[in-house]
Amino acid sequence: MSGRGMSAAAQREARASLAQSFLARFEGLKARLPGDARAREAAALAFGERGLPGPRDEAWKYTNLRALAGMAFHEPFTVVAGCNGLLDRLPAIAAPRLVFVDGRLRQDLSRLPGTMRVSGFAQTPDFGTLVHPEREPLAALNTMLAQDGAMISVAEGVDAGTLVLASLAADVHGRPVAFHPRHRVRLARGARLTLIEISLGEGVYLHNPVSEVLVGQGAVLTHVRLQDEAPGAFHLATLYADIAARGTYDGFALNIGARIARTEIHARLGGENAVAHLNGAQLLGGTQHADFTSVVSHDAPSCTSRQTIKNVLSGKSRGVFQGRIEVARGAQKTDGYQMNQALLLSADAEIDSKPELEIYADDVKCSHGATVGALDADQIFYLRSRGVPEPEARALLVRAFLAEALDPIADETARTCLDEAVERWWERQAA
Amino acid sequence: MLEIKGLKADVDGTEILKGIDLAVPTGEVHAVMGPNGSGKSTLAYVLAGRDDYAVTGGSATFDGVDLLSLEPEARAAAGLFLAFQYPVELPGVGNANFLRTALNATRRARGEPELDAVQFLKLARAETRRLSVPDDMLKRNVNVGFSGGEKKRNEVLQMAILRPKLAILDETDSGLDIDALKIVAHGVNTLRGPDFSALVITHYQRLLDHIIPDRVHVLAGGRIVRSGGPELAHELEAHGYASVAAEAA
Amino acid sequence: MPAVAETLDTVQSVTQSAYKWGFETNVEMEFAPKGLNEDIIRLISDKKGEPDWLLEWRLKAFAAWQTMQEPHWAKVGYPRIDYQDLHYYAAPKRRAGPQRLEDVDPELLRMYEKLGIPLKERAILAGVEGAGLPGPIEGRADVAVDAVFDSVSVATTFRETLARAGVIFCPISEAVREHPELVRQYLGSVVPPADNFYAALNSAVFTDGSFVFIPRGVRCPMELSTYFRINARNTGQFERTLIVAEAGSAVSYLEGCTAPQRDENQLHAAVVELVALDDASIKYSTVQNWYPGDAEGRGGIYNFVTKRGACRGARSKISWTQVETGSAITWKYPSCVLQGEGSIGEFYSVAVTTNRQQADTGTKMIHIGANTRSTIVSKGISAGRSNNTYRGLVRVLPQARGARNHTQCDSLLIGEECGAHTVPYIESRNPTARVEHEATTSKIAEDHLFYCRQRGLSEEDAVNLIVNGFCKEVLKELPMEFAVEAQKLLAVSLEGSVG
Repeated sequence: MSGRGMSAAAQREARASLAQSFLARFEGLKARLPGDARAREAAALAFGERGLPGPRDEAWKYTNLRALAGMAFHEPFTVVAGCNGLLDRLPAIAAPRLVFVDGRLRQDLSRLPGTMRVSGFAQTPDFGTLVHPEREPLAALNTMLAQDGAMISVAEGVDAGTLVLASLAADVHGRPVAFHPRHRVRLARGARLTLIEISLGEGVYLHNPVSEVLVGQGAVLTHVRLQDEAPGAFHLATLYADIAARGTYDGFALNIGARIARTEIHARLGGENAVAHLNGAQLLGGTQHADFTSVVSHDAPSCTSRQTIKNVLSGKSRGVFQGRIEVARGAQKTDGYQMNQALLLSADAEIDSKPELEIYADDVKCSHGATVGALDADQIFYLRSRGVPEPEARALLVRAFLAEALDPIADETARTCLDEAVERWWERQAA
Repeated sequence: MLEIKGLKADVDGTEILKGIDLAVPTGEVHAVMGPNGSGKSTLAYVLAGRDDYAVTGGSATFDGVDLLSLEPEARAAAGLFLAFQYPVELPGVGNANFLRTALNATRRARGEPELDAVQFLKLARAETRRLSVPDDMLKRNVNVGFSGGEKKRNEVLQMAILRPKLAILDETDSGLDIDALKIVAHGVNTLRGPDFSALVITHYQRLLDHIIPDRVHVLAGGRIVRSGGPELAHELEAHGYASVAAEAA
Repeated sequence: MPAVAETLDTVQSVTQSAYKWGFETNVEMEFAPKGLNEDIIRLISDKKGEPDWLLEWRLKAFAAWQTMQEPHWAKVGYPRIDYQDLHYYAAPKRRAGPQRLEDVDPELLRMYEKLGIPLKERAILAGVEGAGLPGPIEGRADVAVDAVFDSVSVATTFRETLARAGVIFCPISEAVREHPELVRQYLGSVVPPADNFYAALNSAVFTDGSFVFIPRGVRCPMELSTYFRINARNTGQFERTLIVAEAGSAVSYLEGCTAPQRDENQLHAAVVELVALDDASIKYSTVQNWYPGDAEGRGGIYNFVTKRGACRGARSKISWTQVETGSAITWKYPSCVLQGEGSIGEFYSVAVTTNRQQADTGTKMIHIGANTRSTIVSKGISAGRSNNTYRGLVRVLPQARGARNHTQCDSLLIGEECGAHTVPYIESRNPTARVEHEATTSKIAEDHLFYCRQRGLSEEDAVNLIVNGFCKEVLKELPMEFAVEAQKLLAVSLEGSVG
């Protein structure tokens, strides 16, 4: 059973039991885990106290993990072959790539770049400084159990081009597995990188990546994420970004896969004239649930943040958007904008939206907007009266709706890859 | 009499006015013409007391009063009126209410009795009729949803009601059709008299066909480079700023 | 002199009628001991001569309250309240009042002056001992006879007019005695006793408040504002209001006063319930200006209010308008449950915080019926070191076909040390519903200020003008006479915040 209809007490118990199993795994593994043991112990302590987030946690108000809590996850095998099918599903991008299978970096499947330094977390573990295990339970779980990940750094002034980071879940056991990759991307002063992250898989699994992103002064990171996980998967990704003066983090996340997905971003604009774009789109059907949660902290004057999030919801799917813009005292001349829109294509779809402003400086320009509705009947009629059949008219209007979020993506490779994913989603909906 | 001596001013650390010398005797209308970026609008803002402009030297007095030491509202009370190139919109603030508040603040500062709503409306209606401005302009919010022409008419209406001693028109003619231009000119011309002076800042000569200036000054590179009678405007129109500025240099 | 005799006559008639009709119960009451338990509730109920069902109702609420936790999700902070250290039955105000006008906080008096409140009324508002008493009238020490002199006689006329129309407007304790079937039918039907911590507390211990009943098809012949303003003083810290508008009826009601009222009770936890049946409309306006505490945030009222209206009937309408300038802490979300098909909910709010004030206020619009519509306009102004939060929920349930919501919330910051926050929750489960939310935060634009000052306005006047413009959409919803006062109130509240 999915857990819907479970009593609150039963849900609490299920969450506690899953949390216990993770803690037990940590106890069993900890002697062999790489990196700072104290950081792991502290994370385990935090996770032990908080457990998995429940509906009473304000940050998880709209995303209930009861379906996850009902699962039992196993350790993935570490060395396997036979993920060729998934490799074929990766978009053809002529660029270096890092391929992870079940959370493990597979050098044999990767093409290492020459323009930047890349290593596996397993070999060069570093938990970094931005992640908050005491605040975010999923980050605590990751810190506790992370075994591998991508450590990427681009040197000062280098334009490193494009890198693909693929995460594949191979389903070799035929039973649920959980993996918690730990990534770090560091761009030194004036460096540039386009990182295309793709998550695909088969079967039932929990993919719980945590990423730390450091954008140096004047550096530009374009970070495009395509989440097309298996229909039975749980994708709970947390990203922490720190952007220095005049640096730009240009992020876009497209969510079309997974049973339950959460894209959580904490971006801090730490130096003057830093810029963050946290855009995204979620296309959902069936009983899918996807949650886009972001916190942008304007900690320095004259920074800009922009956010456009689009949800297209059909079937019984549920989209969630939570976005907070925080402006610290003294962060004058802040320019923050956020727009969240949802299209409900079916009677049973649901959108929950919570755009927040928290402002402690007076010379700021901050605004947010949210709209929820269906496709415009007049527009559909207009198109049909011009001879466009209804399904095409609807598709046309939905694409137009998505364009506002997708159009700012200047990188052609990334854009093509996203457009193709949107097409795949359409085909799936039609089927 | 407006007297400007060696006036220098910075915007964001860049010197825009590099020593302006200019005198407008009471009762006269002077035009300041100049190419884009010559400092015309800066001169208007500095005289009206806008914050972002730092005066770095020189003086500006009006009837012997040091303008530069006064707050903007005190300059207004002293009789200075700036017709903005881009009048701002004040959402929710009714035009009539705004004007009455402004008029009474000025009257208070001059020790004159305030007008009540009825007296004010009588005065305002008389002016709207005289300037052929529709009455409903008083009922609308200040400049909100006004077309460019309507905004300029509203500036002229305000000027007529506030009755300044010195009016500075900052490119009031920009973006106006000929009818609106005539209304603006009419507004200024009816105020002309022995106690009224004006500084008409403009890029083009056409406004000066309707407001005939006593003197014309050419502003270029932050300085007055030439002064002359009304014929100077025609000369500029015929030969352009470049030749006039070059001749002066 | 005949005038004097007439005056005395009127005083007497007013006093007597006030006793019969008045909002205050007999003031010859004792303090009940501090603390809250079943015995105190029984005492309250007994003192008020309540029927058994109401006592049971209170006891149930109390039992629920004991299992509940004080909510802490609002963006406000205050020292822990010891609920066992309060008097739940007393009339402490007349004893606690200052003896002379000279003893009252001069800031408060200055504000009265600015608002143009008559001298005598200032004393009453400030709670000066014996103020408003033309002569010793036993047991009526805190009835504002004098200052409201003309108004009270007017009120008597009002009462007759209302009675002719069939409108019931009386203290809720009287309604319990005179109209028990109505009270029993509707009390707690919108805000159930165990709805939330403060509502449960109120349900257990409420002492008085107002009851309004507008019968079918009747448009209340007057704004209940004036009348209420006269009588609503000292309604106590756990006020309970119930307004029922039967099919096709209409009423406009105003609570509060632009003058800051001094009150010894730091905690106020009122409950207001509105019920609108088919085609009925209720307009509820509030001007809240309780004592906000001093510049350092000492003292001041904690205002934890539950206000909710049920649009039960088709095409019914409930409209909340509030101007909140007072209280140290405001925790208040006047809401609409839109059950009836085509029903309409509205929320218009201005919240001003200065010094150390904290306000967390907004609304909930629950769309249940088809084609229900709601409008939210919230204007928050923060100055000093205050914090001002808009918190609102728009929920569209699956059956609310064609529902519409539009929300506009704007914040204005004055000064570098204040905070302005916006926390909307939008939940939609119907594809034909359309929900739109817009929010902006800004300071007063420099070029707007300069434009006004160029026209001769002082900086303070310019700010007032711009702030009033900012709030206009909300102020125009207030009954006319209060809109003017509210404008003045905004100016006085923000005085000294600029520059």
